[in-house]
Amino acid sequence: MTSEFETACALAAAVRDGSKRAADIIDASLARIAERNPQVSAFVEVHDEDARRQAAEIDAARERGEDPGPLAGVPVALKDNYVREGFRSTCASKILEGFVSPYTATAVAKLEAAGAVVVGRTNMDEFAMGSSTEHSCYGATKNPFDLSRSPGGSSGGSAAAVAARMVPLALGSDTGGSVRQPAALCGIAGLKPTYGRISRFGLIAFASSLDTVSPFATDVDDLALVLSVLAGVDPRDSTSMDTEAPIASVENDLSGTRIGVPEEYFAKGLDAEVEAATRAALEHMRERGATLVPLSMPHTKFAIPTYYLIATAEASSNLSRYDGVRFGPRADSADDLLEMYVATRTHGFGPEVRRRILLGCYCLRQGYADEWYVKAQKVRTLIRMDFDAAFEQCDVLASPTSPIPAFRLGEKVDDPLAMYLCDTLTVPANLAGVPGLSLPCGHTASGLPVGLQLMAAALDETTLFRVAGAYQSSTRFHVKEPAP
Amino acid sequence: MTPVGNVPFETTIGLEVHVQLQLRSKLFAPSPYDSGGTPNTRVSVVELGLPGVLPVLNREAVRLAIRAGIALEGEINTRFHFDRKNYFYPDLPKGYQISQFDEPFCRGGRVPLGHGESGEQRFGQLERIHMEEDAGKTTHTAGGSLVDLNRAGVGLIEIVGKPDLRTPSEAYAFLTELKQIMQYAGVSECDMEKGLLRCDANISMRSVGATELGTKVEIKNLNSFKMVQRALEYEERRQRAVLANGGIVLQETRLWNEEKGESATMRTKEAADDYRYFPEPDLPPLTIERSFIAEIENDMPELPALRRARFATHYRLPDYDTGVLMDDRRVADYFEATAIGCGNAKLASNWVMTEVLRVMNERDIAITVFPIGPDRLAQLIGAQSDGRISRNAAKRVFEYLTNHDVEVDAAIAELGLEQISNRKELAAIVQEVLAANPDPVADYRAGREKAMHALQGMVMKKTSGKANPQLTRELLIELLSTD
Repeated sequence: MTSEFETACALAAAVRDGSKRAADIIDASLARIAERNPQVSAFVEVHDEDARRQAAEIDAARERGEDPGPLAGVPVALKDNYVREGFRSTCASKILEGFVSPYTATAVAKLEAAGAVVVGRTNMDEFAMGSSTEHSCYGATKNPFDLSRSPGGSSGGSAAAVAARMVPLALGSDTGGSVRQPAALCGIAGLKPTYGRISRFGLIAFASSLDTVSPFATDVDDLALVLSVLAGVDPRDSTSMDTEAPIASVENDLSGTRIGVPEEYFAKGLDAEVEAATRAALEHMRERGATLVPLSMPHTKFAIPTYYLIATAEASSNLSRYDGVRFGPRADSADDLLEMYVATRTHGFGPEVRRRILLGCYCLRQGYADEWYVKAQKVRTLIRMDFDAAFEQCDVLASPTSPIPAFRLGEKVDDPLAMYLCDTLTVPANLAGVPGLSLPCGHTASGLPVGLQLMAAALDETTLFRVAGAYQSSTRFHVKEPAP
Repeated sequence: MTPVGNVPFETTIGLEVHVQLQLRSKLFAPSPYDSGGTPNTRVSVVELGLPGVLPVLNREAVRLAIRAGIALEGEINTRFHFDRKNYFYPDLPKGYQISQFDEPFCRGGRVPLGHGESGEQRFGQLERIHMEEDAGKTTHTAGGSLVDLNRAGVGLIEIVGKPDLRTPSEAYAFLTELKQIMQYAGVSECDMEKGLLRCDANISMRSVGATELGTKVEIKNLNSFKMVQRALEYEERRQRAVLANGGIVLQETRLWNEEKGESATMRTKEAADDYRYFPEPDLPPLTIERSFIAEIENDMPELPALRRARFATHYRLPDYDTGVLMDDRRVADYFEATAIGCGNAKLASNWVMTEVLRVMNERDIAITVFPIGPDRLAQLIGAQSDGRISRNAAKRVFEYLTNHDVEVDAAIAELGLEQISNRKELAAIVQEVLAANPDPVADYRAGREKAMHALQGMVMKKTSGKANPQLTRELLIELLSTD
């Protein structure tokens, strides 16, 4: 365990009070990336020069007596599905090869305005479709805790970058668990906020009604800090909400807190060590005053099929714009328009993306939409009602984040169904739009991290932070770093 | 209805009209928009469909669309949403068009068509009106296809008429009236040449008395209302001939060729287009407050039917005048301002219908850029009716004002056309003329009335036509009888 790592909260405070220079922090981060990234393959591009320039500006601003912002000098990594003016974004797909964005995502602009410094873009499953960060045109990212294993996905690059302490903060995106699951597998904290809490403008869409801008950090305090920067309504995103950002609480008392334990989240297929660590965490919270409330969320078993109908339907439409006409590579062998489309898209998209586009088109077909898409929307409502009912009985729901710890690279890549089941415990929160947070709660005998998932009612991130913060303050799992 | 063989057939026609909303920005992007411009200069990242962009609905578009719905007497839905219509084409950047499928903002509605054979008011019924974004424009050249996205994302409403029009001339009347209503409601200028109004027509035949519609043929490439009428007349003849020969009409889309005066098959029976419609997840469903609708109703500009009635009763204009003036709302506005300014509606109407419209046509300009504003024209008409200038002089002043931006008084002075209407001044001139021309004076006194004309002409000649003719005549009679 190295002691030189510092959280975003600590770094920003040091820059603000002048005890640290942003330039030194960025240099250290870039050095760490240079050292660790060759093994982990978390970053697909590092913006050294730009990062150093920005750090120098922050230092200069502070010297002029200006407020350098709540994230002053904090290095952050961006998943490769955020756009930033003048920089490449590819969603780890060949179809976006060479695309340089002429505009910046709202979330990225807010980070930069708060003094954060973007150091590079990170690997992901192509268009965020996957749970292992193996479906990438750049190759797989490795789990820093065991380089033969997956970091989870689809935001595996950002998760691995934080886990390996290359950066204290990173943005991922969570559509069905793409931040919480890799956070769990990499032993860090990940937050999927309430749908609408953070603007999606400039986050390259996978499934519009499920996508959320979601951060990774090493602890809950950093998540709360970054959420306070990112949250808020955006006139360019009609689904963003005008509500006040939640505040992180410093209490660590859990007395009176009712923690719901849905039986469906502990069903068969759950790894024994994962279950043991999760149950231990529940017991730990009970000992600190929480009440455990066993309950049932009967529609949970429909979450995976519902999710794959809705997400693929939306994706099939969202990904239509990658047609080779205005940007990205275009097949030049084609004789007519249709052939050009087919050749461009067949070459540009990987097999998992093609599979999901086909699934999505199928369930929206005329005459089939009622049977598939419309029915899935109805089930989605039932799942949301499960959450409403649950939150009448408890303040937060607790469960494992992933049914299994980090799996071996290549183990599931040819078995889509097995891969889809990785999301079993995370997709319900996306379908319901409620916030979910994953934080470390133990390790397996072989040293693989296990994550605890907490979920709260829509817009109640405050409770999420309070419970997670209380748990974290009395445990040490989150400070365990992977061996160098 | 013409009998074909032994069975009489009747024609059913339906129109689908796209109208571009008069907006200063696009339907789902805040970037300012005005039509035209160098290709691909009126686009932002949103209409380009770049990765990561999201649509945001233009509130003014909703207001205008609802105003159109109310003007067409449709029922405004207080809750509606947008859908994605998915298809691939290079001028559709996102690969889907944001439109409305199963919950349009307006259902029903109607367009008045004038009176039927037995004097009853006829209407073209509407199925629905929905909002949608326009696509870009593709031009096919020998060197390849060129895409201009300036128009991409521009706000449209699609007005879907029921297939209950009976004749091509009813279709013409439908479009003329629809255009007028949209113009008056301030929804769109509906200029077809600029593509602000586009129309597709469908037509089918059925046995008289049948309730089911016959096989429908769609016609595209209709660039004027007259073209719509001609293409429908052609198609009506064609289908009747097919049926008369015992043939069957095929479901197809035909392209009208105005030069040849005929249409040709573009594609037969749509290859089962599947647009995979689903609700647009990037735009939450809209709930429209009743008060918002009421506010739009209260702000509604005067619609054609009301104005027509008002022109007849308030200004006592003949139907012919009303028809000519109202054809373009802006001309009617101009007329009305002129009439109020000069206080003589019929004179104002005559001036606008003859002189103003003539110059507009000669110069091919719109009334909005006409060189003489309604206030100035009202002054000119005033000068004529006060007798300050003659009718002919007024026309010369008008002509002068179309080329010179000066006040009416200045123009009259410039042209030296001020009429001599001062009794004393004119009497002196008349005296001089009488004294210098004893022969016609004698003739007149001998009872030859004709001599009066000669004397009048002499006064005019002496004053270079500036003598007030009425007063001249009065003075002549007076002075000839007193001496």
